[in-house]
Amino acid sequence: MNDTQSGPPLLEVKDLSIAYKTRKGRVLAVEGLNFQVSSGETLGLVGESGCGKSTVAFAIVGFLGQNGRIPKGHIYFDGDEIVGKPQRELNKIRGDRISVVYQDPMAALNPVVPVGKQLAEVLTAHRSISNHEAWDRCVQMLKKVHMPDAEQVMSRYSFQLSGGQQQRVVIAMAMLNSPALLIMDEPTTALDVTVEAAVLDLVEELKEEYNTGILFITHNLGVVARVSDKMCVMYAGIGVEQGSAHDIFKNPVHPYTQGLIRCVPKLGRNKEDSVLYPIPGRVPDPAERENEICIFSERCDYAQPECRQGRPKYAEIEPAHTVRCFRARDIYKNRVSHEEIKKKPELKDEEEQVEKLLNVENLKVYYEQESKSLASFFGMEKKQFVKAVDDISVNVRKGRTLGVVGESGCGKSTMVKGLIGLEEITDGQARFLNFDLDKPITKRERTVIQEMQMVFQNPDATLNPSYTIGQQIARPIKLFKTVPKKQIRDEVVRLLESVRLNETYFDRYPRQLSGGEKQRVGIARALASRPDLVICDEPVSALDVSVQAAVLNLLLEIQKRFSTSLIFIAHDLSVVRFFSDDVVIMYLGQIMEMGPVEAIYDPPYHPYTEALLSAVPIPDPDADQGHIRLSGNVPSALNPPEGCRFHTRCPRRHQLPDGGEICARERPPRRQLENGHFIQCHFSEEALRNMEELTEAHTAVGA
Amino acid sequence: MTEQQTAEEMRPETIPDQGEGSVLESQKGFWRKIKSAVQIILTSKTATVGFLLVFFWVGVAVLAPALTPYTPTEQDWMHPNEGPSAKHILGTDELGRDLWTRIIYGARVVLVYLPVSEHVTIPGGTAIWSVFVALVVGSILGLISGYIGGWPDEIIMRLLDAMISIPVLLLYLLIVAALGASAVNVVIALAIMGIPGIARLVRSLTLDIRTRDYIKAAETRGESKLHIMFVEIMPNAKGPVIIDAMLRVGYAIFAMGTLGFLGMGIPPPSPDWGSMVAKGREFILQGHPWASLWPALAIATLVVGLNLMADGLREEMTRYQ
Repeated sequence: MNDTQSGPPLLEVKDLSIAYKTRKGRVLAVEGLNFQVSSGETLGLVGESGCGKSTVAFAIVGFLGQNGRIPKGHIYFDGDEIVGKPQRELNKIRGDRISVVYQDPMAALNPVVPVGKQLAEVLTAHRSISNHEAWDRCVQMLKKVHMPDAEQVMSRYSFQLSGGQQQRVVIAMAMLNSPALLIMDEPTTALDVTVEAAVLDLVEELKEEYNTGILFITHNLGVVARVSDKMCVMYAGIGVEQGSAHDIFKNPVHPYTQGLIRCVPKLGRNKEDSVLYPIPGRVPDPAERENEICIFSERCDYAQPECRQGRPKYAEIEPAHTVRCFRARDIYKNRVSHEEIKKKPELKDEEEQVEKLLNVENLKVYYEQESKSLASFFGMEKKQFVKAVDDISVNVRKGRTLGVVGESGCGKSTMVKGLIGLEEITDGQARFLNFDLDKPITKRERTVIQEMQMVFQNPDATLNPSYTIGQQIARPIKLFKTVPKKQIRDEVVRLLESVRLNETYFDRYPRQLSGGEKQRVGIARALASRPDLVICDEPVSALDVSVQAAVLNLLLEIQKRFSTSLIFIAHDLSVVRFFSDDVVIMYLGQIMEMGPVEAIYDPPYHPYTEALLSAVPIPDPDADQGHIRLSGNVPSALNPPEGCRFHTRCPRRHQLPDGGEICARERPPRRQLENGHFIQCHFSEEALRNMEELTEAHTAVGA
Repeated sequence: MTEQQTAEEMRPETIPDQGEGSVLESQKGFWRKIKSAVQIILTSKTATVGFLLVFFWVGVAVLAPALTPYTPTEQDWMHPNEGPSAKHILGTDELGRDLWTRIIYGARVVLVYLPVSEHVTIPGGTAIWSVFVALVVGSILGLISGYIGGWPDEIIMRLLDAMISIPVLLLYLLIVAALGASAVNVVIALAIMGIPGIARLVRSLTLDIRTRDYIKAAETRGESKLHIMFVEIMPNAKGPVIIDAMLRVGYAIFAMGTLGFLGMGIPPPSPDWGSMVAKGREFILQGHPWASLWPALAIATLVVGLNLMADGLREEMTRYQ
């Protein structure tokens, strides 16, 4: 907390408390928070959802709303007190000296006003500047944020841009008046990893160029590690640990910080050599927080009776590293900080003998693009197809997990929809058990349906809000008659217990459950028909990290117990690495690389895999990941590029002897390497082997 | 560790009482639902005012025989066209019939019972039945249109478009003229006119709900289309549909008034607010406004009450989400 720079810090938050008036009375959302941000410095504000991170951001810009109050504390911006400033004066600062970037760029931009007009307005609102000049400055700024053809973008509407481009526009808008302070509230959460990496690079670049102070709010430790200089970990409205990002990742002291770090899988770890430690329980609701105890003590492994006697104070355990924990010194003293040495994974040979459960060959799922023209109405136009899945061959082995990875729009979900029968298969073969999966689900036999079930992404939409948990799990049991009628209730309870929920959940409605609990019920419902194959479509991506770990552990346990096979779709490469036995890397409807998980995460890589790995945020500020960034977006599947699908974005293409011309012309060969590892690329096996390793997991893990 | 988690995730207040009989429990559930509905209404001032107005009319309609010494057709030859007095609290019409009695018996036809023929009546007022019939038919059409899509959707929606394109009043008159004026035919006319709006509402709700994961979950376990439409989708559309239905009861009362005024409503001598206004209209300029004023006020308060209640409820429910 000692500031190395002279003069007052750019932003100082001192003993800040924020309260909301609600139906339950006055509720403290943030309590006694302190931090400072200096110019040219990024402070990462980290915590689970419901910890009050965004509330802090709203308080700084004075957007607490009708029912929000700051009963105590100060916010100094450039030495000036912000708390209690009239809105009119705040308006002068907002958008000029302080800018905010929110999570959803789609919601931040007005869809009926061209992008350029929205950008120029930021300038003309705060400066007396001609429209023409403002326009030019906007174009320049768009170029600064690496927007391709900036002039054209100015006259486009937000919906004509991709998510990454939209976020660039929002960042450009925020930077137009070169603000002293930039607040970013989960700016990359809605983006693909590849786009996220590029946006984070941009943030870093702008910070250096403009010497801006940045308050970066996120729940993703990997992202914090990449951008932050300093960190403040928040739990239930209270700052629990502060210090430099480097120190905190090296020696996390507060049990909550440790928990957050331990519950995410490290890239390069798998389920055999590591375990995930979920943090038990959940963030207490602001209305139910007790004042006179350490608020984390209920979820803490280190908790002692003394932790429930009072609120701990900040203790400095290293220079500029403070922790709010009674046991901080003990924990720090006994830390086992060790550089984990990564052992070279051994590729196993016995893999081939495992029985194949699902065998997909040359699967194609096309959607017909509806054309509104008159010619097409009379059948005179050539039909156009969206080739969402184009020629995919893959196997799922019994009792194993197949991980499917790729950016959004790569056809991952369409592939599983085709398999499960929600989409019609255009061509190709899929054999499951002894059945052909060529019919849509309404025409399939009961047994096929019963043996293949699905777990969905969004915990809030996965359960029907009108029925109790018990009714929803009982439905598939009744439908498939897995047990006699009289035993249905027992069976439901058994399933609830297998996902670690008890009988009291039987009569509850989904709205009474937390996200993690809903997802578990979703898993129990999928298991109710006793399927051989469960397809998980991003089952944990909408959950908090601590809950994520619990759900992943549960899936692993269930797989072990029932020897269920899983198809696991995810965009998080660390999770897939941890969770899967085999991995498929998809790009634009095709498989770029496929093989056992150990083989995928080490060279030889497909250039696309390499780019994905380089982009994954790793919770370690010292990680060396290389710097491979993909330009542009996934092209449209309506007119996929000729030759290699990836050639338009491939960063390595020019290294080919002919400068990559062959990539645009021919579909690359499917190169078979050892152990069922395939790469579809024009590079020779040897060239692929000589790539640098990117996933060294030399992460220091405390305790 | 995870077990600990589950233990902590339980919220004590939501654990249902164990060991009680299931009948008792369901009864309890029913009262709890009523209680929570009343609570929602009372949190909104708008809804409370609307609720009081509607409650008043329902109350007097149900208790009508007990609230007046007269019958709606009883004529007091000595006192035609009189203002309010101790004998006739709201006055009398041109035939000396008690206006208060006719108003509250009029409310009965609107809200409490439907005269099917001279001797048969069924519970539920004309306005309620018309909305109910429209609701059933409209919801089915909307569900089919929204969930199945394709050509059934095209056909249903185009037919409904065609119906909407004809002026409402004209269609009422056409239907009632073709079928003849009776309470049942009024119900039929009002129901037909209510179908397009309800079908459109249910269709748009269905289009939204069908994209949810729980519908996909039902599809992946091979549920029939009927099951998905009526068991999975319909219960989740009921909130907005109920509020819409409340507004529609208001419209229906209004439309009944209009039909009655034009002489196409429930045939005399049964007390109908619309025809009462029409009859009383002739005497306004002669200095006897009462016979048309009271039924007009009755229509207005009831319709406004329903609208306020629906608006308030909608506000509260969106706030809950």
